[in-house]
Amino acid sequence: MNNIMLELKEISKLYGENQVLNKVSFSVEKGEILCLLGENGAGKSTLMNILFGMPVIHSTGGYAGEILLDGQVVNINTPEKAMELGIGMVHQEFMLIPGFTVAENIKLNREVTKGNPISQVFGKDYRTLDYKTMNRDAREALDKLEIGIDEYAKVEGLPVGYMQFIEIAREIDKKNIRLLVFDEPTAVLTESEADNLIKAMKHLAAQGIAIIFITHRLDEVTACSQHVVILRDGGLVAAKKTSDTNTVELAELMVGRKIEKLVQNEENRNVEKSETIISMKNFKVGMPGEMVKGIDLDIKRGEIIGIGGLAGQGKIGVANGLMGLFPASGEVTLNGEPLVLNAPMASLKKRLAFVSEDRKGVGLLLDEPIDLNIAITAMQVKDDFLKKVVFFNQIDEAKVKRHAEEMVKLFDIRCTGTEQKTRRLSGGNQQKVCLARAITLEPEVLLVSEPTRGIDIGAKKLVLDTLIELNRKKNMTIIMTSSELAELRSICDRIAIVSEGKLVGVLKPDDSDAKYGLYMSGKTDMPGEVL
Amino acid sequence: MKDKIMHGLKSIGIPRLTIITLLIVIYIAAYVLKLDVAQLFSDNLVRMGMNGVLVLAMVPGILAGTGLNFGLPLGVICGIIGGLISIELNLTGLFGFVVAIVASIPLSVITGYYYGKLLNRVKGSEMMVGTYVGFSVVSLMCIAWLVLPFKSDAIRWPIGEGLRTTIALTDYYDKVLNDFMKFRVAGIDVPTGLLLFFFFMCFIVFLFLKSKTGLAMIATGSNNKFAKASGINVDKSRMIATVISTILGAIGILVYAQSYGFFQLYTAPLMMGFAAVAAILLGGASAHNAKIFHVIFGVFIFQGLLLAALPVANVIFPQGNLSEIMRVVVQYGIILYALTKAGGGQ
Repeated sequence: MNNIMLELKEISKLYGENQVLNKVSFSVEKGEILCLLGENGAGKSTLMNILFGMPVIHSTGGYAGEILLDGQVVNINTPEKAMELGIGMVHQEFMLIPGFTVAENIKLNREVTKGNPISQVFGKDYRTLDYKTMNRDAREALDKLEIGIDEYAKVEGLPVGYMQFIEIAREIDKKNIRLLVFDEPTAVLTESEADNLIKAMKHLAAQGIAIIFITHRLDEVTACSQHVVILRDGGLVAAKKTSDTNTVELAELMVGRKIEKLVQNEENRNVEKSETIISMKNFKVGMPGEMVKGIDLDIKRGEIIGIGGLAGQGKIGVANGLMGLFPASGEVTLNGEPLVLNAPMASLKKRLAFVSEDRKGVGLLLDEPIDLNIAITAMQVKDDFLKKVVFFNQIDEAKVKRHAEEMVKLFDIRCTGTEQKTRRLSGGNQQKVCLARAITLEPEVLLVSEPTRGIDIGAKKLVLDTLIELNRKKNMTIIMTSSELAELRSICDRIAIVSEGKLVGVLKPDDSDAKYGLYMSGKTDMPGEVL
Repeated sequence: MKDKIMHGLKSIGIPRLTIITLLIVIYIAAYVLKLDVAQLFSDNLVRMGMNGVLVLAMVPGILAGTGLNFGLPLGVICGIIGGLISIELNLTGLFGFVVAIVASIPLSVITGYYYGKLLNRVKGSEMMVGTYVGFSVVSLMCIAWLVLPFKSDAIRWPIGEGLRTTIALTDYYDKVLNDFMKFRVAGIDVPTGLLLFFFFMCFIVFLFLKSKTGLAMIATGSNNKFAKASGINVDKSRMIATVISTILGAIGILVYAQSYGFFQLYTAPLMMGFAAVAAILLGGASAHNAKIFHVIFGVFIFQGLLLAALPVANVIFPQGNLSEIMRVVVQYGIILYALTKAGGGQ
């Protein structure tokens, strides 16, 4: 007899022309913990959305392949269907109502009720809640997890770690639950809380529930799972028994891809010996979702330094903090002088320029023409593009237009003219406008975040080539933040990896994939130095 | 060709198209009903000039992202006080008018500053808060008009306490702008001075919008995160816009009053903001975007409609005040339509 509970067969999914999943197959046994590993954008979320019949899948043309539950092909087309089949999900963000008690949250929308005179007349929407039974059920579920929270306590005020358990309790309280998906549950937990969670997961698995565990922490994979499945760029890279592998191999599999070096080895390039241009000490940034919790980093003049790491770990926060866009603290010096934090104008005046990761939200005036978009920051910061007209200054429209035309030519911005509104441009061309605006400031240090996100390959290459050219010809120091490790490794001199808001370490572009994988999951020690 | 026409129509917009058609229909009806069309058109020009600056006051707020300035009565009250000061000093003619403006500006700057401070604290609901600020201040001023220490007989009630509800300007600066270089062509009276002054104010605002501060304001309204990242002080930009809007409101009421011939106190300024809002929305502006053209075009057709509809409707429906009801329905209907449409965007 085989013990296979869920089997996925050649699942593929296209979003438009973008293949996000390509023939992914694997199976989950009853009572096992299977780890699903992959970088951001590897296709994990899409796969789970398919498994839950989320509307986003079916409104974009469905998927190809088959899902088998207990050997039967099932068609999961709504989340309700998934629940009926006994598939549960523990979300990363807590979906709890703070003002309700633990038991009420666990029983939300599945309340146990009893009749009363009013409900006899007006129907079952008016039945009374049976708190006794509800509390007892909740207690049972919590006991299964071996967690000692009071079922009658209010959720608000409970530590974050407990909320995760309430979510889980809600799922296992559903009587028919057979398969549970944990979507990065440990990301928000402390180490001891995460240990507790893993213990609880093992406990559940022992009761016959199959678990799919999505995580980025490699040591958790080896700590709890029987099998591990690794996705990369929408494809299945490996499905292995956990006992046959180790964290180093996993890291390598997760990250590994061919790296196209855009820069040929230059003999005389030796930026490490040049002077420090920016020095950060205990640098903290309160950017929601990308908290930086104390980084010490020195950036050398004339280098291209990459900042890498997984989403939500704080890499994006660094550049935003330096530009004064989110509350920052700590000591930052620029050319030996202290940099005033939390003041965008001060940063701009010190000749820092920023290309934001949020192109549409921060990077552009969508309803204004290209030429104004390119010129306006330089105008505000350096009084450029202005002419005096009698008693007050006026925009020098001819100069703005001339400059924009130059930039359009330089970056090959595809537009109907410099007066076109930036909203009408494609993502790649919008990005070029952002870059043109930053360069117009003639910065000493250029900060670019996610410069190639969502743009086509041609534009990508042009953007990266431009960065290299600016660096080599104008000796511009570039701080590039990107989720795409391959991209960082193709042009950077050094790459700082950030995890959980802290700097894990600084790597060279030609360090091994395994090392990158480990650093990204927050570890620096190489078990036994296999490589 | 067909596409071109469709595109042209689309860029004008259905609400504007409807109103233009309505205006033309009313003018034709006026001609058919043997009303004095030339006189109607003259009045239309006057109404355009006298309301124009009040409508112009909407522009800075819209561009800076504080939305339509429903708090316009604040500026209007400052303007009236300026005007009363000039009367109190017994100044007449153009000089009196200029003094009225000069006296109202410091008041509007102070008022606008505090109003701007308030708006910066209620980001996202400026329009609603503005409406009620206008209402409260107008009501508060109803008390103030009773106790303000003006002495002039033209301003005070002859018997009893407080200021008059309407103050005639006949002996002061009644129609100083209207009659300046006024001429008559084809039966139409052109109030040259009034129109020149309106266009001049438009030009000043246009120049301001092209200045560094003006562009910072536009950037703030268009995308305040972008503005912040470009080193623009978002709160300061919004503040400047509010102050300018209040000043324009003050000047606007003075222009209005010299053409109308009276100052109206007490509850009269209450609805001033609404007519201005309706005019600029009708001109093609939204709560996020406005151009000087929208002001000129909007005030012309909106005032034209209100003005011409009344006599025409009076002839067609001689019984009662149906025309007045129609005017109100059109005015608030337009505001409602334009605001719901503006809210649908981002």
